[in-house]
Amino acid sequence: MNIHEYQAKDILRAQGVPIPPGEVATTPDQAEAIARTFNTAVVVKAQVHAGGRGKAGGVKLAKDPAEAKAVAAKILGMQIKGLTVHKVLVTPAEDIASEAYVGVILDRASKAPVFMVSRAGGIDIEEVAAKTPEKITKRRVDTRYGLQSFQAMELGFALYDDLKQARAAASIMQKLYAAFMSSGASLAEINPLVTTPNGDVVALDAKMVIDDNELDRRPEIAALRDDSGEAPSEVAARNANLTFIKLDGDVGCVVNGAGLAMATMDLVKYYGGHPANFLDIGGSSNPEKVVNALRIITADPNVKAILFNIFGGITRTDDVANGIVTATKANPLKVPIVIRLTGTNEDIAVKILKANGFSASADMDEAVKHAVALAKGGKAA
Amino acid sequence: MSIFIDNSTTVIVQGITGRDGSFHAKQMLEYGTRVVGGVTPGKGGQTFEKTVPIFNTMRDAVVATGANTSVVYVPPMYAADAIMEAADAGIKFIVAITEGVPVLDMTRVYPFVQEKGARLLGPNCPGLITPGQCKVGIIPGRICAPGDVGVVSRSGTLTYEIVYQLTRAGLGQSTCVGIGGDPINGTNFIDCLAAFEKDPHTKAVALMGEIGGTDEQQAAEFVKQHMTKPVVGFIAGQTAPPGRRMGHAGAIISGSSGTAAEKLAAFEAAGMGVAKRPIDFVDLIRARLK
Repeated sequence: MNIHEYQAKDILRAQGVPIPPGEVATTPDQAEAIARTFNTAVVVKAQVHAGGRGKAGGVKLAKDPAEAKAVAAKILGMQIKGLTVHKVLVTPAEDIASEAYVGVILDRASKAPVFMVSRAGGIDIEEVAAKTPEKITKRRVDTRYGLQSFQAMELGFALYDDLKQARAAASIMQKLYAAFMSSGASLAEINPLVTTPNGDVVALDAKMVIDDNELDRRPEIAALRDDSGEAPSEVAARNANLTFIKLDGDVGCVVNGAGLAMATMDLVKYYGGHPANFLDIGGSSNPEKVVNALRIITADPNVKAILFNIFGGITRTDDVANGIVTATKANPLKVPIVIRLTGTNEDIAVKILKANGFSASADMDEAVKHAVALAKGGKAA
Repeated sequence: MSIFIDNSTTVIVQGITGRDGSFHAKQMLEYGTRVVGGVTPGKGGQTFEKTVPIFNTMRDAVVATGANTSVVYVPPMYAADAIMEAADAGIKFIVAITEGVPVLDMTRVYPFVQEKGARLLGPNCPGLITPGQCKVGIIPGRICAPGDVGVVSRSGTLTYEIVYQLTRAGLGQSTCVGIGGDPINGTNFIDCLAAFEKDPHTKAVALMGEIGGTDEQQAAEFVKQHMTKPVVGFIAGQTAPPGRRMGHAGAIISGSSGTAAEKLAAFEAAGMGVAKRPIDFVDLIRARLK
C-alpha cells in the first residue's frame, strides 16, 4: 500500500526526524491560508501515489500566499500518471546547500532491509544505480539486531565529511529504520535529505510503501489508505477480496490463482488479443466471488468478451459454474463469454452450465483463441 | 527417487484442527502421506480422524513421534512463530503453506531456520509432491503421475495446469515443488535445481517462473554452470504492467527490473528450452528426454 508524502512525513516526524512543517489543503483557498501562516515562500506539492510529480508539474514554488492559491488551483484536479490530485501539501521553501538520498528497502536478494545512501540526491535513484552504482553505499541490516550505531555512522560518513552532519545523518538513519520497522514498510525513502546554508540536515521529501500483509496487525497504518486516486473497479475488487488490476485491452479475464491469471493474460496476447484485466478469484470455493468478479468486469465498457479460466484444485469448478449462472441470471450478459474449466467436480460444473445454456471447454489454448476471436467481433460458438 | 520428500517422510501438521489444516491433513492421509501428528495448542491429547495424535507444542510432537517434516497452515500473523517453533523442535524440513505472512517477519525467520540446520519451503506456497509416495501441502494428487520430470514453480494453479498437461502427455514427475510467490522465501529455484541435478531419477526439469526479482536469472546462471540435465523454463507475467503487484507479493516489476523479457533472455543465454505457452512444456520436455 502506498501512502502520501504528508503521511510518511507525519510518521517520520513522530520518530524525531527533522522535517519542516507542512499542512494539507484540498482547495486553493486553504492553500492560501496555510501559506499565510508560514509568512514565507512556500512549495505546493501534489499528494498523489505516483513518482515523477515534479516533472509532471505537480510541485511548484510560490513566493506569496496569492501565488500559493494560484498554483494550488492548477495542481488540484491535475492528472499525474492517470491519477487525479485531490490534495496538496503546502510547506515552507528551504534554502538548500546540498542534496542527498537516503532509503531503506526490503531487499529480496539479501532477505533483509538494505540501506542505500548517495550524495547524488534529489534525482531518480534508479538512474543513479544504473549509471553510477559506485555513488551508492549499501548496508544490510539484520532485523534480529537492528541498525547498529557503527552502521548508521558508516552511512552518515558516506554522505557528509563534516562530523556534525554525519552524526545528524546517522541519527536520521536510526529514526528512519525505527519508522520502517514500526510501520511494516517495504520501502522508506528520504529524497532529498538536504543541508541548509547554516549546516542543518533536514528531510524535504518522504516516501513510504507498506507491505499489504502488515495491515491486519497495524490498523493505524491501514487507516492511512487513500483510494480516491485509484480506479473505482480496483477499489470495488479489493472490497470484495479479489485481486484485480485494470488493463486497457478488451478480453475480460477471470482466473483462479495469480500465476495462472498472468499466464492467461499472456496467452491472450500470444493469440493476438489484449487482456482487459488481471483478476484472481483466489483458491477458495465461493460462488459469491464469481458474482462480484463478473460485476466488476462487465462494468468495463472496453470489455468485448469474457474469458473464464479455472483449474479446479481446491477451487470447486461447480461452485464457479453456480456463480456464473447466478450472476448472469441477475444481470444478463451483453458480451459473449467463454468458459474453460477443468479439475475438481468438472462433470457437475459442465452439467450446470449446459442446463443454463452455456458451453464449456476443458482446453486452455482453445478457450483463449475463442475469446480473442469473439473480442475481435467473431461469431459466438 | 525424488527430492526433499519420499515414502520415509514423517509429517506433523501445524494447525491440524483449523479449516485449511484439517481439510488438507485428510487429503494428505488419503494420498498415503505418513502424517504422524498434529499441533493445536490446547487440544493436546485429542486425536484427528481417530488416528493422528494431536499435541500442544511442536516439541511434544517431535519427542513423541520423531517426525522429520512439518507443514504449516496457521494464520499469517502466527506463521513466523510456528516456523521457528518447528525448527527449534528439531524439524529438518518445514513447508509453510500460509499466504499473507508479513515479509519483515521472514527477515527474522530465515536466518533462524538456517542456524538450526533446517530447510524451509515457502511461505505462500502449495507445498510439494513426490507422485505415488508422499505429498506435503495442497497440490492435488490426482493430476500427478510418477515419472522422471522434476517440476519447480513460483505458482500454484499454473503449476497444476502444467503438471496436468505433462501427466496427460505421459510425462510423469519425480517431484513437483512449489517454492511460493513471496519476495522472501526459504527455498529458491537454485536449491531445487541442485537437488534435481543430484537425484538419479530426475531426467529433465520444468521450471515455472514469473515477473519480479532476479531468482530466475540466478537459476539460469546455475543451469549454465552446473546442470547436466535439460531444463525448460516459462515466465508468467509477460503482459503485466510495471509497478503493480500481480496477486503474489513478489510478482512485481520494480522500475525496469524483474521483467519477463530479461528473465526469458537469461533462459535463452543459458541454453534452456523456453516455453512460450504452458502447453509448450510437453513437446520441449519430450524432445529433451529422447
